[in-house]
Amino acid sequence: MSLNNQGRSTGAGSAEMASTPTTISGDRGLDHEEKLIFELGHGAVGVDLPDVKVADDRLGGMRRKGAVGLPGLSEPETIRHYVRLSRNNYAIDSGLYPLGSCTMKHNPRLNEKMARLPGFGDLHPLAPASATQGALGLISELMKWLTTLTGMPAVAMSPKAGAHGELCGLLAIRAALEARGEGHRKRILVPESAHGTNPATAAFAGFTVDEVPAKPDGHVDADALEAKLGPDVAAIMLTNPNTCGLFEPRVKEMADAVHKAGGYFYCDGANFNAIAGKVRPGDLGIDAMHINLHKTFSTPHGGGGPGAGPVVLSERLAAFAPLPLLVHDAKGFRLVETRAEAPEGAQPFGRMCAFHGQMGMFTRALSYMLSHGRDGVRQASEDAVLSANYILASLKDVMSAPFGDGPCMHEALFDDSFLEGSGVTTLDFAKAMIDEGYHPMTMYFPLVVHGAMLIEPTESESKESLDRFIHVLRSLALEARAGQTARFEGAPHYAPRRRLDETLAARKPVLRWKPDVLKEAAE
Amino acid sequence: MRYLPLTTEDRRAMMAKIGVSEIDALFRDVPDGAIAPLSAFNLPDTQGELEVDRALSRLAAKNIAAGSAPTFCGAGAYKHHVPSAVDHLIQRSEFLTSYTPYQPEIAQGTLQYLFEFQTQVALLTGMEVANASLYDGSTATAEAVLMAQRVTRRSKAILSGGLHPHYAETVETVAGLFGEMKRVPVSPGSAEDLIALIDEETACVVVQSPDVYGLIRNLRPIADAAHAKGALLIAVVTEIVSLGLLESPGAQGADIVAAEGQSIGNGLNFGGPYVGLFATREKFLRQMPGRLTGETVDAEGRRGFVLTLSTREQHIRREKATSNICTNSGLCTLAFTIHMTLLGEEGLSRLARLNHAKAVTLAALLGKLDGVQVLTPAFFNEFSLKLSRPAAAVVNALAAKGILAGVPASRLGGADDLLIVAVTETATDEDMAALAAALKEMLS
Amino acid sequence: MSETRYTDQHEWVRLDGDSATVGITRFAAEQLGDVVYVELPPAGKAVKAGGEAAVVESVKAASEVYAPVGGEVTGANDVLTTEPSKVNDDPEGEGWFFKLKLADTGEFAKLMDAAAYAAFTKDH
Repeated sequence: MSLNNQGRSTGAGSAEMASTPTTISGDRGLDHEEKLIFELGHGAVGVDLPDVKVADDRLGGMRRKGAVGLPGLSEPETIRHYVRLSRNNYAIDSGLYPLGSCTMKHNPRLNEKMARLPGFGDLHPLAPASATQGALGLISELMKWLTTLTGMPAVAMSPKAGAHGELCGLLAIRAALEARGEGHRKRILVPESAHGTNPATAAFAGFTVDEVPAKPDGHVDADALEAKLGPDVAAIMLTNPNTCGLFEPRVKEMADAVHKAGGYFYCDGANFNAIAGKVRPGDLGIDAMHINLHKTFSTPHGGGGPGAGPVVLSERLAAFAPLPLLVHDAKGFRLVETRAEAPEGAQPFGRMCAFHGQMGMFTRALSYMLSHGRDGVRQASEDAVLSANYILASLKDVMSAPFGDGPCMHEALFDDSFLEGSGVTTLDFAKAMIDEGYHPMTMYFPLVVHGAMLIEPTESESKESLDRFIHVLRSLALEARAGQTARFEGAPHYAPRRRLDETLAARKPVLRWKPDVLKEAAE
Repeated sequence: MRYLPLTTEDRRAMMAKIGVSEIDALFRDVPDGAIAPLSAFNLPDTQGELEVDRALSRLAAKNIAAGSAPTFCGAGAYKHHVPSAVDHLIQRSEFLTSYTPYQPEIAQGTLQYLFEFQTQVALLTGMEVANASLYDGSTATAEAVLMAQRVTRRSKAILSGGLHPHYAETVETVAGLFGEMKRVPVSPGSAEDLIALIDEETACVVVQSPDVYGLIRNLRPIADAAHAKGALLIAVVTEIVSLGLLESPGAQGADIVAAEGQSIGNGLNFGGPYVGLFATREKFLRQMPGRLTGETVDAEGRRGFVLTLSTREQHIRREKATSNICTNSGLCTLAFTIHMTLLGEEGLSRLARLNHAKAVTLAALLGKLDGVQVLTPAFFNEFSLKLSRPAAAVVNALAAKGILAGVPASRLGGADDLLIVAVTETATDEDMAALAAALKEMLS
Repeated sequence: MSETRYTDQHEWVRLDGDSATVGITRFAAEQLGDVVYVELPPAGKAVKAGGEAAVVESVKAASEVYAPVGGEVTGANDVLTTEPSKVNDDPEGEGWFFKLKLADTGEFAKLMDAAAYAAFTKDH
């Protein structure tokens, strides 16, 4: 079997109840245990709607025969339920997230107000153009920011997230190859350090993935990459700065090499926060790059989404941008939504999704950009890089940094060598951070380093916040190395839940609540 | 630049610790000449909150918000009333600014609501299991077709002509890479014969109900015919409120349901962000794309929730993943589940009945007008009109009068004389009278 | 008389005449962590030596299991679909994956014996 060294403990272990007195209610002060809505709901209605009878005759015989089975709560009960749930979540608003490659920066509240202006939030996507000039104008302005910051001539706005943007870029490349009569080019070179979405997307778009190794210094092996080029290569997919937090010094050379070999250069823009407003990817020879608005441009992570992943395109690929296209002429702005109406030279490869893109995230991102300005965007990138290097410089004597001799970009990479022999793993270390009031850093990624810990503070942290974080990590590292493992064993101790049994969840999946009758029948 | 807490002194002290005297020393791997001067960026400098608010408000004012005018636009996005509590709750810091729940010990809030959401979606659609949401209904439909191709090991898909054209194009763009996507034309107001087209090479049949023209379809015969040939039925629902009154796709034999959840909890937002619902049978569980939340226990034996069956996903399976998807719809998913909780069984039923009742009233009102013919015999809250003049011109003229009359089918590649009209609980009697009067004026 | 040999991909294969039983080694199972799911090949499937035959999943990883020798699958250990923990409890016994009818017994002879495999894993 392909031996997998990412296997790590996924059981919960067992622990004694923390030695605080148990309460009558089961709650503890402000920590409330909260049931499921199915266990709470008893048929209340939390909305005001009249009870209207309808006849069957216009329903085509398809009227529902049975109940759906939904619980309902009144407004006071609903608010209490979700407020209690919310209090079990860590969030950027409450603490630092050192998550490498996620760019967990502050989410400005002005963005939320702007997105909720009725003219944006309450606007139907298929209203006639005359009724939506302001929205189309906003999209146009955001496109200008994205193309100017990246030095690229065009941008496709419709992808709904980063991975969706990757797919868009690869489909544009595929269309460009077919247009040249070179649809036989099916191989994509992807570094072994790449984020999982890269090879997944390549396969999704019908390509085969050929992995390129990393060098011991953390950079992509450019010689190996160039040696793998050939007439069947469609593209290379690189992340720059890369997933080890380093800028690829030979990026221009690799771009030239793939172009010479007849292929394209896709760049994963997840790490754009290191260079926005300072370096233009267009100057480095890239052909397509998705931009994560929820990373670089502060749109909120929302517990997992929504995101937005517009894709900037080079001259070579611009013609293949998907529908819809935004056009501006004497009559104003309008959307081109069918191939038939596409302007001269445009060869859209198709459509990524319904409607026009994540308008709600466009408004937020533009609000961020206008607030920062080009000088603020540049300063943010410099501060992000400065903060990551400050952390690296402050910790590399007690934690092991495989590439710690030189500067990093906006994220600092450590591995688990410093824990060797201590009995403490990267996972234990991370869970102990939870007890200290921090969300763990990105762990076990990138795969090229053992027990990776990737730390990205972003520019939103004050120096006081960074110093506190550094102090805690130093102390944890020193304790682990000294063999003082008490803190780490069975961590976290103070979170709303102790370690959870992920093995059980995967062996016996329970993915929904079932009424007892159904549960018994299943057993 | 008030989101940047570092002061000049801070930066100096940090650079001293690092051992550099200027910031560009940290950018030393950037090729010569690739560090662009600030002047290279032809963009404005930093502005204060007041200026930004003004600039964006000016743009917002140039649009006709659905709530400010009689609105009858549908075709995949619907104006419904979202109770105030929903938007208030999703703006709580711990929901708005939290990350994906990969560290379950400090994300039980997110994980529990996702578990509740998955259950609500399974109940609504009449299916056994649902995921924690995809981007939207159109990409959910594409993912459903890809899943059907994997499950049946066949590649051909039959797409009903009643499927929203944007959805069909999305499916063609993504799943068309792997097999034939056969789009079947349909007359608005009637169902095409899909059964005759199903053969041993068919992976799936994709049918939307109510369809893009508003017609309610009977899925059971298509499901039976598909199963007889070893193919799957994918049911698509773009107006999720319809399931409060209509038979669920699961009860009609659907194998996968791909739906748009925007109507519940989420505003129109000019097309996004929305929330894709995805539900299927338990036996196909491991072929499902997207995140899944599962129940488990912690070290102290207390019930808790975790993301599970992650080996299907990109961060583990990489090129063998069931999808490349990384995000779900997060906050939009939360808005959906909160609104659905406030509605409950009775509220959803009332909401659905009210929508239908208004649509019946409006169809009767408009059907009386010269130059207007109602084409849809059975509908939920949306129906199609055949007009005596090109629908796009009618819509534009009425927009100039402050009425959003509906979506011309030509906008979606359909016939020039068709107008798709949606009515929700937000339409008043005055709104409907205004539409009727304006149409009468235009068409007589 | 049955003999067990090992591959450098951490599968074991026990030969009885021309019938082979295949599983993953204790070393591999320990590296993988708690097994949560296995995908077994159907009877009748033809496999080549080194070809993908099965998949074994833990919570955080999914690994291909390769056929150590070529042949036709004659059966699989179906109990693993409901009790994947058997792979952890007894990887080289009750946690077997599938059985093969061998095409070429010469392929078996080329594999490592127990001593050679022990030395191989020491270096890992």
